[in-house]
Formats: sequence, C-alpha cells, structure tokens
Amino acid sequence: MLENYFPILMFILVGLGVGLGPLILGKLVSPHKPDAEKNSPYECGFEAFEDARMKFDVRYYLVAILFILFDLEIAFLFPWAVVLHDIGLFGFLAMMVFLFVLVVGFIYEWKKGALEWD
Amino acid sequence: MDTINTDLFISMPEITMLSMAMFILIIDLFLNKNNRMIIYGLAQMTLFAAAYLVLSLNAFAIDVAYNGMFISDPISDVLKLATLIGASIMLVYTRHYMQLRQMFSGEYYALFLFAIVGMMVMISGYNLITIYVGLELLSLCVYALVALDRDNARATEAAMKYFVLGALASGMLLYGMSMIYGVTGSLDIGTIAERLKDAFEQNPDFIHNPVLILGLVFIVSGLAFKFGAVPFHMWVPDVYQGSPTAITMLIGSIPKFAGFAMALRLLVFGLAYLVGDWQDMLLVMAVMSIAIGNITAIAQTNLKRMLAYSTISHIGFLLLGLMSGSLNGFASSMFYVSAYVLMSLAGFGMILLLSRKGHEAEQLDDLKGLNKRSPWTAFLMLITMFSMAGVPPTVGFYAKFTVLQAALHVGFIWVVVFAVLMAAIGAFYYLRVIKLMYFDEPVDTALIDAPLDMKMILSLNALALLVVGLMPQGLLELCGVAIATSLPHLL
Repeated sequence: MLENYFPILMFILVGLGVGLGPLILGKLVSPHKPDAEKNSPYECGFEAFEDARMKFDVRYYLVAILFILFDLEIAFLFPWAVVLHDIGLFGFLAMMVFLFVLVVGFIYEWKKGALEWD
Repeated sequence: MDTINTDLFISMPEITMLSMAMFILIIDLFLNKNNRMIIYGLAQMTLFAAAYLVLSLNAFAIDVAYNGMFISDPISDVLKLATLIGASIMLVYTRHYMQLRQMFSGEYYALFLFAIVGMMVMISGYNLITIYVGLELLSLCVYALVALDRDNARATEAAMKYFVLGALASGMLLYGMSMIYGVTGSLDIGTIAERLKDAFEQNPDFIHNPVLILGLVFIVSGLAFKFGAVPFHMWVPDVYQGSPTAITMLIGSIPKFAGFAMALRLLVFGLAYLVGDWQDMLLVMAVMSIAIGNITAIAQTNLKRMLAYSTISHIGFLLLGLMSGSLNGFASSMFYVSAYVLMSLAGFGMILLLSRKGHEAEQLDDLKGLNKRSPWTAFLMLITMFSMAGVPPTVGFYAKFTVLQAALHVGFIWVVVFAVLMAAIGAFYYLRVIKLMYFDEPVDTALIDAPLDMKMILSLNALALLVVGLMPQGLLELCGVAIATSLPHLL
C-alpha cells in the first residue's frame, strides 16, 4: 500500500528541489560585493523621490473588478448568439435568466454608489 | 422541454432561495433604514418556504436532475431540512446582536441566504463540478460575512486568513478532482463509481493506480481543510475568535451538514472502491483531531477559541463514524453531525445572549457566577456543556456512543479506547465552565437583555439537547433510514 504514495514523496522532493535549487545556486555562484550605493533604493536610475509606503486610492480597483465581472458575460454571449437558431426559445430564456441575475448585481452596485467617481 | 420542467421542479427549493436572496438584495436598496425588520421577515419566510418545498416535493424519493448533476434523495432531504431549520434558528439568535453592532443590513441577509443556497447545492451535488460550485458559493459568502464588521482589525485579519487558506483548500480539492477525472474520464459521481467498479472487476490491482491515489489524497486534504480536521485545522481557532460571534455561529454550525454530505458524495458514492485507502487517512485525522482538539482546548481562556478546539474534536468523532465505512457508521455520523449542530447553535447562542452593546461575552470570566445573575440561563448553558462533553442523558452522549459503537463494529477497538480517554480529558474544560457559572462570584453584573423570541428559542434549543438525549430513537431511525435508502447498492 505504502509504495503508492512514493510518487507523492517524489513530487514533494522535486518541488522542493525546483524551488530551492536556483536560490542556493544563485547564492553560491554569483559574485557578492555590496556597497551602500548598490543597496540604496532607486527609481529608474534616479534618487528615490519619496517613500514607497504611501496611501493610494483603490477606487480604480473597484471599477476594474466590476469590469471583469460584466466583461466575462461576453464570453458566454458570443457562442450563444452564434447558435441561437439551433437552441431555440429554451436557449434564449436560459440566457435571459443569466443576464437577469447579472442585472440584479448591476442595480445593486449602481444604487450603492459604486459607480460614482467621488 | 419536459425534462427541464422536472429538473426545475426537483431543484425548486434552491431556485426559491436564490430568487428570494436576489429580491432581498434589491428591496433593501429601496427600504428606509428603520424598516429592516421587513428584510428579516422576508429571510425567515424564505427559509420556511424552502423547507416546505423540500418536504412537499417528492420527499424521500430518489430523483436525479440536470443530466445527473443534481440529486434529491432521502439524505439530501433530511440534511437540507436540518440546514434550513438551523438557519432559521440562527437568524433569530443573531438579529439583536447585529442590530446593536450596525451590521443589521440587507447584505447580511442576502449573503446569508446565498450561503445557504451554496450548502443546499453541496448537499444535492452529484457531479464534481456541482459540488465544487456549491462549495465556492458557500465559502465566498462566508469570507465576505466574516469581514462584514470591516473596521474591526481582528475580523479583517480572520477574513484574510480564512480566505487565503480556504482558497488553498479549494485548489487542493479541485486538483484532486482533476486527477479523478483523468483516471475515470468522468465528473459524474455515479459514472465514476461505475467505471471504478468495471476497472476493478477486470483488474483488482487497478485501485493501486498512483494517479487515483494521489487524487484521493488531494480530495481528502481539501475536505479536511473545509472541516477543520487536524492537521488542516490551523485556521479554525483564529477565524472563530476573530469573526463577529453571529458569523462564528454560521461558520461553526450548519455548514457541517453540507460538509458531511460532500464527504459522503465524494468518498462513499464516488470512491467507495478506495475505502481501504480513505479509511486509513480518515482514521489518522480522526485520532489526531480528537487528541489535539481536546487537549489544546484546556489552555484556552477565550470562550470562542475554546469552542473552536471543541469543534475540532467533534469533527474527529464525525470522521470516526465516516471512517467505519459501514451503513451503520454513516448513519451514526449523520446523527453526530445533527447533534453537533444543535449543540453549537446553543453554545454560540449563549454567547450572543450574554453579549451586549460594546461588550462581547467571549471570555471565560464573563460566565463567572452566571447562576447568580440568571439561574435559567446558567441551567441552559449547563445542559449545553454537558452535551458537548458527552454526559448522559444528553444528546452528546448518544452521538458519541453510536459513533464509537460503529467503529467498534468494524474492529477498531484501540481507537475507541483512545477516543473515550480523550473525551474524558475533554470533559475537564466543559466542566470548568460549569464550575465558573455555579461556584464563582460574578465579575460582570450587567442585566441580561435579549428579545423574548431569542430567549424562548434558545431555551427550546438547549432543552432539545436533553429531550433528544432521552429519546434519541426518532432521530437515530431517521438517519438510519435516510442512509439505508439512499445507499442500498454500496458496500
């Protein structure tokens, strides 16, 4: 029974090897001559303008995620539109149910003000 | 068109729940903030309507819908009914708590109902994809609910941990499913079972196929993650403690029905031929869960954290029943999960009852001298703690008894002895709660203030632990019949 688990052991070992091997290799082989200038942060070759840990607005993130949600429905709509003649009324209604569920989400986000920019 | 009508008919409870959840989400946008009780009423009505539909539509018959992706059998009927009743009780318990903490929102009820739909789909899923989609629907709603109190750092941290580990678990489960699909060429659980049977009859060595075993390992790991069984239990204490208590109750109670159904569908309906392999895995996890859950709980001072470790040990017992691999074992597991949900509803309900605005009664010290503050509340907590510890004549005792009996029947005598010893160790921290309530002076002397319906349901809930413990026959038989009629062809 136990030898069946051998592939799992191999899997773990190979996984560890692939992960750790390059790191160890890099440590051993690469030249290591740090100085203050090399260790300091830089922005595209310039001195750093400001601290990287600043607050930034995630509003765009919300719009992006909503876009993905509603954009994905196109992936369903295209094949559906191509075969609409073959799948008939049932296919049409099934897609309408799907779109209705999406519209519920749309009404919700609109009314909640997720689409207001300020 | 004809088959789709029967399909819709069979899945009517789920469709009702889904439509109502969307309706609640929209209606909440147009409601005045002071009229939120309407939402609460609608949510309760939805649960009742779904329960009625489960009961009235071909209850206790085996129907398959959507080309075999969805099954309605006695197991699913019983578990769905139990889930819906549990959800309804939970809504009663949490209403006041949520009102006091500005979380009494339409989103809470919509997400709550969506989570219940996820559980129902998991219970009825008869295809790897259906089960996975149900699981994700449940998990995603619960992640959001944990973070509902978003200015609370603890809750946000808990949500983050839960999300990352939950996603990992889903990944493992899905990876295992992909391997099972690779070997059997089907996602349909019935077909998987048939293909394994044919392959096994042609060549008995087939079940040692490494890919099959690897798939099983990943599926069992994913299941164990979702259950919170050792060694995949790391998220349980942090999430239980960090979440708002109302949400802890949602995580810690009724989803176990769905988890049990999922384990049954995957391991017993689908991979029954691998029983020798999953039995070993479940055995190791059961023993470790019982040991680590009970021993670690002793060191806890936070009541929610203590209940989290208590859950881990209960899951160990649940797995012990499943591990037995007999009809009797599955029925005892089903009985155990019902008893567990009843106990955890009462336990978390008690924390909700003692909490008030700006104060969470989640420390053990908050229970000190409860008998002086309110003898009846202390008595209800006494029953709950006795039941969790497994003291006769409460239902907790019968649940442990039937599970251990099933394990004994298939010859795991040392495991049973070990489990009993661990349960005795576990009795310490339950009894400590009782000692604090009856023999210590109160630290917290505030008046216990809760709505009447919550007090009444909580009393009934705790008394039910005693009543079912005295007369376990009905529930035992129900579980036995459900398992025996749904699984006649197996093992």
